[in-house]
Amino acid sequence: MNAQSPLLSVRDLKVWFDIKPKGAMPWTAPDKLKAVDGVDFDLMPGETLGIVGESGCGKSTLARAIMRMVPSEAGTVLWLGDDLLTLSKHEMRGHRKEMQMIFQDPLASLNPRMTIGQIVAEPLKTHHPNLSKTEVKDRVREVLDRVGILPNMINRYPHEFSGGQCQRIGIARALIVKPQLIICDEPVSALDVSIQAQVINLLMEIQEDMGLSLIFIAHDLSVVKHISTRVMVLYLGNVVEISEAEQLYRAPGHPYTQALISAVPIPDPKANAAREIMILDADLPSPLDPPSGCVFRTRCPHAIAVCSETKPPLTDRGNGQQVACHVI
Amino acid sequence: MAHVTDIVDTTEVIKGRSLWQDARARFFRNKAAVAALFILILVSLFALFGGFLTPWSNEEIDWNLMGDVRTLGGPSIETGHYFGLDPLGRDLFARVVQGTQISLMIGIVGALISVIVGTLYGATAGFIGGRLDNIMMRIVDILMAIPYMFVLILLLVVFGRSIFMLFVGIGLISWLDMARIARGQTLSIKNKEFVEAAIATGVSTPKIIIRHIVPNLLGVVIVYATLLVPSMIMFESFISFLGLGVQEPLTSWGALINEGAGQMRYGTLWMLGFPLFFFLISLFAFFFFGDGLRDALDPKDR
Repeated sequence: MNAQSPLLSVRDLKVWFDIKPKGAMPWTAPDKLKAVDGVDFDLMPGETLGIVGESGCGKSTLARAIMRMVPSEAGTVLWLGDDLLTLSKHEMRGHRKEMQMIFQDPLASLNPRMTIGQIVAEPLKTHHPNLSKTEVKDRVREVLDRVGILPNMINRYPHEFSGGQCQRIGIARALIVKPQLIICDEPVSALDVSIQAQVINLLMEIQEDMGLSLIFIAHDLSVVKHISTRVMVLYLGNVVEISEAEQLYRAPGHPYTQALISAVPIPDPKANAAREIMILDADLPSPLDPPSGCVFRTRCPHAIAVCSETKPPLTDRGNGQQVACHVI
Repeated sequence: MAHVTDIVDTTEVIKGRSLWQDARARFFRNKAAVAALFILILVSLFALFGGFLTPWSNEEIDWNLMGDVRTLGGPSIETGHYFGLDPLGRDLFARVVQGTQISLMIGIVGALISVIVGTLYGATAGFIGGRLDNIMMRIVDILMAIPYMFVLILLLVVFGRSIFMLFVGIGLISWLDMARIARGQTLSIKNKEFVEAAIATGVSTPKIIIRHIVPNLLGVVIVYATLLVPSMIMFESFISFLGLGVQEPLTSWGALINEGAGQMRYGTLWMLGFPLFFFLISLFAFFFFGDGLRDALDPKDR
């Protein structure tokens, strides 16, 4: 495989949910909630793509659509040349060991009735049913050791661990089948700050060791900046900007990104008080009835007439920065 | 060599405390529940081994006393009839042992059917969801809408009154409520992240249901099952009280109480009292036991 060919290539991915309006009759057509509405991006091997955006902008749905855990309306998800969305259930199962997922709530993502040894072994037993018991046990110990959990804890239950430890166990479960891609759905939002740093650093170490690609979803911009090579900004199910991480933070292109970046707290009280926060008017529009043209125009300070007519395409602005905006 | 490392490994490994172990510890701290468990054990021992304590069998008629059961047939140590005689002159102790066996069996079989069928049915409907869920739950609704007492009486009349038909009848209805409860619980469990993790990993649907859903349902299911045992016993007693349930020479608590109640006006109250006593303490014990289990398995709800 050529180093320049993408591992994952998502084109025009749309995920719409059917929502029954209140008091609807069984035969009335449901409303479409456009959770993800035409997302394009490529993910290179070994790269970390950060996905940011406010609550409800489709970050988690996008991740689940790539893993085919929610049905997609349209689009293609090319994984090493296969379109995941058209594979049969059986063929998809074969690919699942190549991509794993880490979840937001560390304790809820572990079955409370199973020991952590059983939990971590489950993906391995699913994808390699012929391994002997001792082989499985050895692999489990090895991977637990790798994430910093003492291997002699394998007979303990999830509730006997702290949040950070549970997240490490979740990482171990993802790593045991040696995937090429790990999708992290807000893996550190539920942890406190010192633990966040440990988990992030662990993820980065593992990524370097195993040459993994990561898709890292978060709403904490500083965390994303720390871990990501590139960052994708989502707004109401649309990509508004994809950019090299450094470039995005130095010179945000899209007005929405500018507003996001201006709101990042600075760890210095004086500088923090002096910074200018760009406050957006109005609330997030409903994804059931998104604005015509550019979805951001209702809150955009620079909106002009053309914004309400056509959707701005993502265009290359140099320095590895792609922005979807008519004005800037 | 392999053996040596195995031994070293297992001694090093720290044993975890499962949620079940925690629940057991909480259960044994609850005095009423432990007392109830103790009573249930005694009643079961009575059902299993009570027959060895008396020289009389449940079929034998004591011809010496039969002529005057009312004055001579009362409970006494000398005659060997610890609980007295029944109206036909049979030893009541042996009859109560037999009734206890059958009543407990009906309660336990009913609860087992409901646990196995109801849990799997409800978990499948809830987890797969969509149209299948709709169809499966509508079937349950339809079965529930049929007046089961009427169906049971028809069954017993058409196919003859036998204990087997009674089991069939109880089996038909007992799992319906359980299926609903299991489905409701499944709906809340299936959106937990550990189930999502299993789906993302590619674990097959039957395995997810068995490995991830059912063990997390069991707490609720067990509690409901222990409360179902007494209601099954009561149900059977009611049927037997109507004269449709267990048939002679077999007997059950309900049949014995019915017999005893019929003799009440002759002053032979022991015929009612002994089976009623066993019936009541067992039901009480089951309720307290179920209550204790609920507190132990669901510590949040207290």
